[in-house]
Amino acid sequence: MSLEILGITVLWIFLYGYLIVASIDFGAGFFAFYGRLKNKEHTLNVLISRYLSPVWEVTNVFFVFFFVGLVGFFPDAAYYYGTALLIPGSIAIILLAIRGSFYAFNNYGSKENIVYLFLYGATGLLIPASLSTAMTISEGGFLEVTDGTVKFLTAELFTSPYSWSVVVLSIVSVLFISAAFLTYYADRAGDMDSREVLRKFSLFWSPPTILASLLVFVGLMEHNNEHFMNALDIWWMFGLSLVSFFAASYLIYKRKKFGTAFIFVMLQFFFAFFGYGASHLPYILKPFITIESSVTNPAMGMALVIAFIAGLLLLIPSLILLMRLFLFDAEYVKGKK
Amino acid sequence: MELDSVILSRMLTSTTLAFHIIFATIGVGVPIMISIAEFMGIKRNDPHYILLARRWARGFTITVAVGVVTGTAIGLQLSMLWPAFMQVAGQVIALPLFMETFAFFFEAIFLGIYLYTWDRFKNKWIHWLLTIPVMIGSSASALFITTVNAFMNTPQGFELSDGKAVNIDPIAAMLNPATPPKVFHVLTTAYLTSALILAGITAFAILKKKGSEYHRKALRLTMVSALIFAFATALAGDISAKFLAEYQPEKLAAAEWHFETEKNADLIVFGTLDENNEVHNEIRIPGFLSFLAGNSFDKEVIGLNEIPEDERPPLWIHYLFDLMVSIGFYSIFISGLFILFWRWKKRDEWNKPLLWGIVASGPLAMLAIEFGWIYAEVGRQPWILRGYMKVADAATKADGVGLTFMMFVALYVLLGILCVVVLIKMFKNKPAEAELEQRFPKHTE
Repeated sequence: MSLEILGITVLWIFLYGYLIVASIDFGAGFFAFYGRLKNKEHTLNVLISRYLSPVWEVTNVFFVFFFVGLVGFFPDAAYYYGTALLIPGSIAIILLAIRGSFYAFNNYGSKENIVYLFLYGATGLLIPASLSTAMTISEGGFLEVTDGTVKFLTAELFTSPYSWSVVVLSIVSVLFISAAFLTYYADRAGDMDSREVLRKFSLFWSPPTILASLLVFVGLMEHNNEHFMNALDIWWMFGLSLVSFFAASYLIYKRKKFGTAFIFVMLQFFFAFFGYGASHLPYILKPFITIESSVTNPAMGMALVIAFIAGLLLLIPSLILLMRLFLFDAEYVKGKK
Repeated sequence: MELDSVILSRMLTSTTLAFHIIFATIGVGVPIMISIAEFMGIKRNDPHYILLARRWARGFTITVAVGVVTGTAIGLQLSMLWPAFMQVAGQVIALPLFMETFAFFFEAIFLGIYLYTWDRFKNKWIHWLLTIPVMIGSSASALFITTVNAFMNTPQGFELSDGKAVNIDPIAAMLNPATPPKVFHVLTTAYLTSALILAGITAFAILKKKGSEYHRKALRLTMVSALIFAFATALAGDISAKFLAEYQPEKLAAAEWHFETEKNADLIVFGTLDENNEVHNEIRIPGFLSFLAGNSFDKEVIGLNEIPEDERPPLWIHYLFDLMVSIGFYSIFISGLFILFWRWKKRDEWNKPLLWGIVASGPLAMLAIEFGWIYAEVGRQPWILRGYMKVADAATKADGVGLTFMMFVALYVLLGILCVVVLIKMFKNKPAEAELEQRFPKHTE
């Protein structure tokens, strides 16, 4: 495997990791706020905070990892994205900052603050929308380079049907992924009240996820036909994604094997995300950055790969420990520890 | 002064960093103190120390949260505000940036585990062992990010050809000459500042409520730690001065208002400067700058006149340098005095002026951190990559930096205020004595 393919694969894995863990987190914020409004906090919110408290910080790192890695493997990306995303990127950072710190203020500091919880829930839906902007820009047509200055065409972005379809998909997927995971977690906790609420959420958000995905395909066909044709070449990836989706929804509907159902949800997004990524190549940012043109110098690329492997050797056992203590420890999940 | 995007980018970067380093310093230093307290508690079977570790850890979560989000902000702002810099240097410093994230990841995992497993292990030492990866993670991330800053001061490990970095040697770039003194100085001052802040809070509690055994133990522990870290800081500062004399003479010369290259150079403490660069009202210590720069009065110290005028840093950094050093000496003095009084039985170490002196030492130490960073950063102006790229060529050309600046200032004001409010509420609602009673009911004072 060439260095650049290796690099982008590593980054894509991290972005996928972020997609899953952050979706659970973002959706949980929304559900927690909803639970408070409907006075279901005693069941739903205790459950959510028991899961989130030990892991929220880890979620953030996946994201930092992605952008640090992107700058490392593809330094030109720092230049174009950096210049173009000054305003939308700053808004996303501010939302992330509010969310992260308000989570801590609410959970460790003063409990029961409805304003903190509202901001935490609302940002959970706004952040995926604003982060997905970066993904939309990569399709080309939203940046203009004149005399070496990169200009971001805001108006184009706001009037593009494709960009809106991506926003809708990101929000709906967040709610679906999160609900599916929390249903599983509630089931393990033996918290049937929460499980039923969350199961309804899962089923409610499941059809829109597929509708939004189809919308994105239509949008892509209009906006970037080349990418769309590439995607058709690997149609089986998207087919597997659809099959996983049906399997997950079926299990949740039948109240069977919520753990397996969540694995199917992960597979659904795995196939879709990697299919999308593979068909995106060779462009990183169309038409300015292709994967070959901007790759870092080989010595640094090698050093990054070595650091990456060494880091994984350290992280994977630690993550397993974290999951065993808080995710798969039945006593903890049930609130007995 | 015109507010172009270069100035605005500098303003935004310095605001973010000035805010972030408060939390970053606490993030690096406090885990050490938590670990020491828990160790003492288990070793001596003393619930006071265990409770100390618990309460510090609880407050720590709030500061960590703010540190994490502002750290994410500066990480992204590097590319958004200085895209041309990152396009060149990103190639060379990607490795330490990447490794810093790993260290942070490692810390995040174990901090999560540490905070939620207090009563989970039968063997208390297992829980204490979790502090080790947290300390390693926080100090290692400080180490890696400091190598990036060191690289900007003494770049090496690459060649520049047509504005592109070539022949990159990632390890040489990381282990540049500025790395050892900077890392040593950053770590010791972070430990020192955290110890003094915790000491200051404790001294304040004693002054307000006369304090219990719990507070007295806490103050002794933090003061002893502070004295050790203060000596280490002084040593690190001395090494840094010698490093500057050798590799960045213009930074040292600007800090010391040293214009003529000479042997037996005088050290200038405080004073004022007129428009002809004449020094007035100063305290002059003969020959001491040479001694500081090379352990000998015969050491020749390069003066600012040797440096081209457009490559000189601004001269106001002198005041920051002097204030930083003065506060450093103050921390040795105050912690030394407390320990002296405590050990020398005829003196009362709980007298009010001394306690107020300790209360002041916490915020002062944090100010010294700020002064030191501003001195170090402004002292390498006009360069962003010393000798390679000037700040003015690196800034973004995008519109909207001014708007972004205002949004972030609003964010930091909000986070700053709420952080303080939440922390005060958190401890006011649950005094240490009540918590001790509740957690360790068998324990009697």
